[in-house]
Amino acid sequence: MTYAIRAQGLAKLYHIGQQQEQARYTTLRDTLAGAFRRPFGRRRGPAQELWALNGVSFDVRPGEVVGIIGRNGAGKSTLLKVLSRITDPSRGRAELYGRVASLLEVGTGFHPELTGRENVFLNGAILGMRRREIERNFDEIVAFAEVEKFIDTPVKFYSSGMYVRLAFAVAAHLNPEILIVDEVLAVGDARFQKKCLNKMQDVGQQGRTVLFVSHSMQAILRMCERTILLDAGTVLDDGPSQKVINTYLGRDFGAMGQRVWADAARAPGGEVARLRAVRVRDEDGTTTDAVDIRRPVRLEMEFEVLQDGYVLLPHFKLANEDNVRLFTTVDTDPQWRRRPRPCGRYVSVVTVPGNLLAEGTIFVDAAMTTLDPQITQFYERDVTAFQVFDRLEDDTARGDWTGTLPGVLRPRLDWSTTYSQV
Amino acid sequence: MAVIDTDRPAPTVRTPPLQQPLIVISAQRGPLALRWRDLWEYRELFFFLVWRDVKVRYKQTLLGAAWAILQPVMAMVIFSVFFGGLAKISSDGFPYPVFAYAALLPWQLFATALTTSANSLIASSSMVRKVYFPRIALPVAGVLASLVDFAIAFVVLIGLMAWYRLVPTPAVLLLPLFLAQAVLTALGVGLWLSALNARYRDVRHALPFVVQFWLFATPVVYPSSLLPEPWRTLFGLNPMVGVVEGFRWALLGSSPPSLMIGFSALVSLMLVITGVIYFQSVERKFADVI
Repeated sequence: MTYAIRAQGLAKLYHIGQQQEQARYTTLRDTLAGAFRRPFGRRRGPAQELWALNGVSFDVRPGEVVGIIGRNGAGKSTLLKVLSRITDPSRGRAELYGRVASLLEVGTGFHPELTGRENVFLNGAILGMRRREIERNFDEIVAFAEVEKFIDTPVKFYSSGMYVRLAFAVAAHLNPEILIVDEVLAVGDARFQKKCLNKMQDVGQQGRTVLFVSHSMQAILRMCERTILLDAGTVLDDGPSQKVINTYLGRDFGAMGQRVWADAARAPGGEVARLRAVRVRDEDGTTTDAVDIRRPVRLEMEFEVLQDGYVLLPHFKLANEDNVRLFTTVDTDPQWRRRPRPCGRYVSVVTVPGNLLAEGTIFVDAAMTTLDPQITQFYERDVTAFQVFDRLEDDTARGDWTGTLPGVLRPRLDWSTTYSQV
Repeated sequence: MAVIDTDRPAPTVRTPPLQQPLIVISAQRGPLALRWRDLWEYRELFFFLVWRDVKVRYKQTLLGAAWAILQPVMAMVIFSVFFGGLAKISSDGFPYPVFAYAALLPWQLFATALTTSANSLIASSSMVRKVYFPRIALPVAGVLASLVDFAIAFVVLIGLMAWYRLVPTPAVLLLPLFLAQAVLTALGVGLWLSALNARYRDVRHALPFVVQFWLFATPVVYPSSLLPEPWRTLFGLNPMVGVVEGFRWALLGSSPPSLMIGFSALVSLMLVITGVIYFQSVERKFADVI
């Protein structure tokens, strides 16, 4: 068995004092004052201890591209810092089988007074590149960053976009066996982000090992086959990205792809109807939380009717990450339209066609109203969520366009052209 | 996966995976576990950091590198007027301006190198927090970059000596040794202070005072002959005394430095050795505290 990375019980302890909330460094005065105030006690009183990492173990094989996800404060950044040797672990051990380059920030060490050209060399050296390596890749770096015209201009005159592009371009041309990347793709315009993702995919395909922290589930799904979920400094889940993302989002938004109220007493509902489950299924009927943008997705509502004789109106409301309501869809099944329902268990399914929703996380609200009189039986917000991902294949609504495609929906529509020669 | 990207490089042949870890990260590390291999791996970084410091120092100034000359020259003028002219401090028979300048030259080098290296870690704190590299590169580069200013200011000394028709003694061959001592002293103290500065910002505020005090504890504006004997020997502990006396001796032909210089060289060396050890022992905490 060969490894690229072996982490065994990595732990990192931080002491958080009160004054360190504002300023992490101390002054001698604080230390002395503390000593005077309690000459026999411990220096800083009951310093708050925080285990940013608490026994993290995992193995990575060469060539694996592994995503790392978790909430803010879960220990993702600390893990990357430990593996990049920026800070030492308090306990545990990690072995790295190869040259490591880490990219925790774009443009570290860039100096505003230096020109683009000078900064490429400086930044490259800081990231551990040889001068000759930088020289060899120089033209490619500049072309990748698309700053050819301004390469001899001090970077303080760069737009923030140019700055970021140049900085990322240097890092993208690092040639290590192991690449550690933190959320740096959150910068720059969408088109350039995509370009960076492609570049990083190349990195993965060349047999290089990549550890990639991101908040973007799309990026993780696109890049990584395997994902590690960190929570409170420990590994909560480790496995195929899809499964791990389910676990992660399930903790925040109800089980990703499905939410079931097993206990009827706790299920939301009124006197007439009670919600028992909401599921997201793909076209094969498997519950899922991530669907290809081209494929239909089936939303399923399972509910109980507790009183005979009411006309019911199940409906879903869909919203995107920016909390924009995409649409509301109500049950129009002719079988139950205007027809009072007897007691029992019902499963209503609506199919949202493929090539309609835009890329991103879709949040689902499930609601039920009686029609006459209008009484809301339940209205569960964010009952579940799922990802719509666009793999950039050319039969999506994108066509051949790889750049940003704004809009809350992304329907694939028919175009036709008439041409006449003048 | 069909990704639209035409400038994809041809796949390169990878070396087979290693059986032995190249890097081991662990909580336990001896205080003397110097990462020599890293220092070698990152040798080009030293060069680039020095180059950056030199390039950036006088950016967005009207006078540019002329400041490297103006600073010691202005100090020389002020000292000549107040100490040489008004206070009539002895200059061992040499014209006061050249007497002061021969000492100001290594002194400015020392003061700049010390200040730059002591502040080097906090000046590059974002690098320390976000990238791995041998941290010692920062204070070392700070010291080395100051040598460029020294070289520029040295030209003025040659001019001054020509003006006063002074010829250096054969001891001028020893000048590199005195220069080395100034650099090592600055490096040793710089290592200590930069490491302390990362945790205690008091250092930054105390530093100008320390440098000024040190200036008066060194025979820059006065000759060491001014001091009565028990003090003079004690003074020898200050490595900069030997440096300044050495410079005057080598360039102007004043009385040679006392034998205390051997002892002060030892002090410089100890400062560097302990500085390196201390720096390396707290290095691993920099990213957490800076």
